[in-house]
Amino acid sequence: MEFKKLTIVTGHYGSGKTNFSVNLALDMAKKGHRVTIVDLDIVNPYFRTADFEELFKDKGITLKVSAYANSNLDIPALNMSVKSILDESDCAIIDVGGDDEGAKALGRFAPAILGCEDRQMLYVINKYRYLTKEPEETVALMRDIENACGIKCTGIVNNSNLGTETTNETVKASLGFAKAVAAETGLPITATVGTEEALKDISDNPYPVEIYVKTLWS
Amino acid sequence: MAEKSLMKGNEALAEAALRAGCKCFFGYPITPQTEISAYLSKRMPKVGGTFLQAESEVAAINMVYGCAGTGIRCMTSSSSPGISLKSEGISYIAGADLPCVIIDVMRGGPGLGGIQPSQADYWQITKGVGHGDYHVLVFAPSSVQEMADTVGKAFDLADEYRMPAVVLADGLLGQMMEPVEFDDAEIKLSDASNKPWAATGTKMNRKHNIINSLYLQADELEQTVVDRFKRYEDVKAKHTMAVADYCDDAEIVVVAYGSTARLAKSAVDMARKEGIKAGVFRPVTLWPFPEKELNEAVKNAKKILTVEMSMGQMVDDVKLAINCSKPVEFYGRTGGVIPNPADILNKIKEMGGNK
Repeated sequence: MEFKKLTIVTGHYGSGKTNFSVNLALDMAKKGHRVTIVDLDIVNPYFRTADFEELFKDKGITLKVSAYANSNLDIPALNMSVKSILDESDCAIIDVGGDDEGAKALGRFAPAILGCEDRQMLYVINKYRYLTKEPEETVALMRDIENACGIKCTGIVNNSNLGTETTNETVKASLGFAKAVAAETGLPITATVGTEEALKDISDNPYPVEIYVKTLWS
Repeated sequence: MAEKSLMKGNEALAEAALRAGCKCFFGYPITPQTEISAYLSKRMPKVGGTFLQAESEVAAINMVYGCAGTGIRCMTSSSSPGISLKSEGISYIAGADLPCVIIDVMRGGPGLGGIQPSQADYWQITKGVGHGDYHVLVFAPSSVQEMADTVGKAFDLADEYRMPAVVLADGLLGQMMEPVEFDDAEIKLSDASNKPWAATGTKMNRKHNIINSLYLQADELEQTVVDRFKRYEDVKAKHTMAVADYCDDAEIVVVAYGSTARLAKSAVDMARKEGIKAGVFRPVTLWPFPEKELNEAVKNAKKILTVEMSMGQMVDDVKLAINCSKPVEFYGRTGGVIPNPADILNKIKEMGGNK
């Protein structure tokens, strides 16, 4: 997994963007980079990167969130400057809300983002999400996201999973789907994501992760 | 069965409604159930259904009232404050003996409250969702798969007994994601067939079917209500549902529903590992309340602990169901705070649940 100055994480809501972004931020920090993670999720006030405030603090990662995140106020107020974030960090990650609705919030920052050449915009996919099971549906949603924010994706992150029921077989059965999405879009498969166990014998740029987004009874 | 998918609870409720033949959805957005509307707004036009975002909750429930009168399966969904707004309409629908499904994904209250999960609408939904003498069917699923399976059942029983059915979830269930399976059957949206009472036009062949909840003669209204309550007795006799785990030898039985039942189950698993004889009883129908099943589950218990995300509401029904024959204690968190399994375990120990 290549680290860029700016990494933007987009996808269908529920594709696993947040867990992937959290892992990426922790890995970058482990390598000694100054990392900023931006929670731009204005769609879902429930599971989001802002939930990991303590973990980030502990690892020296800067977290930028809406002024009202996790305050129970339903207000997606965004107060940030991409330029100052890039000035202050070696690596920045922007975790975008789901679907094209979430990507609209990103559009406001498009001029500053396009000004940063060392960037990647990753499109997180999950073969097991109900309405993006077919490669065509997945590609159509990616186009909607690109149109909503005015920025093009540069890579596919195959995060196909069935939550706690994910096994090595689950990931293996998704490789053809990821290849079809890559072929249709002409984009590389930047990473295949899963726990170490789930990624056994997988050669399509495996990126092992820890599961940080957990249920309350596990 | 088809391949598994990863779905949010709210999405599963929405997809399950389509699969139950729900042809019309009338809603108004509110956190934490907005995904139901968002999902159906995309899916319904593709399968020939109608999605309509109304100007308010009051408008949406009255659209359900009108649509239900034509015999077509229809649904609305909201969260706690929105259900309060709908309650007048729900009373009219019950008074006109019409079937429909209403989803309440509960959040903290009272008033505007908060947007985090809660179970503080138990009284509202099971006792007083609108004025007058009536009941609604209430189902309380506790997983995404069960949410998917419950909606069809809610529509079937609503049709059979011509009464509103509520699927009562909470923000945690609505927002969480789990693997879920639907069967492969093709989606077939409902029509008014097998509903001779529906207002579908007489075509000059029959008397008018009149949808009405106004009865100015007291004796006539009384008779209508009494007849309705006779049907309720049939529902109570045939349609209670509950799940009991480790209750046979349990000295302390924890009673909880919905997402709280899963937290309680974790606490009971921890207790069993420590050798404490605890069990968990989960009502799946909240009205009718599974009284017979509860009495069976607690027959060897010394004490009962009710756990809820409220200040204690279902605990009243637990006491009534067992006629206060055993001590019933309560543990709860409210306002959107979720009980921790370790705290439930402590409460079990405090009540004397020893090895």
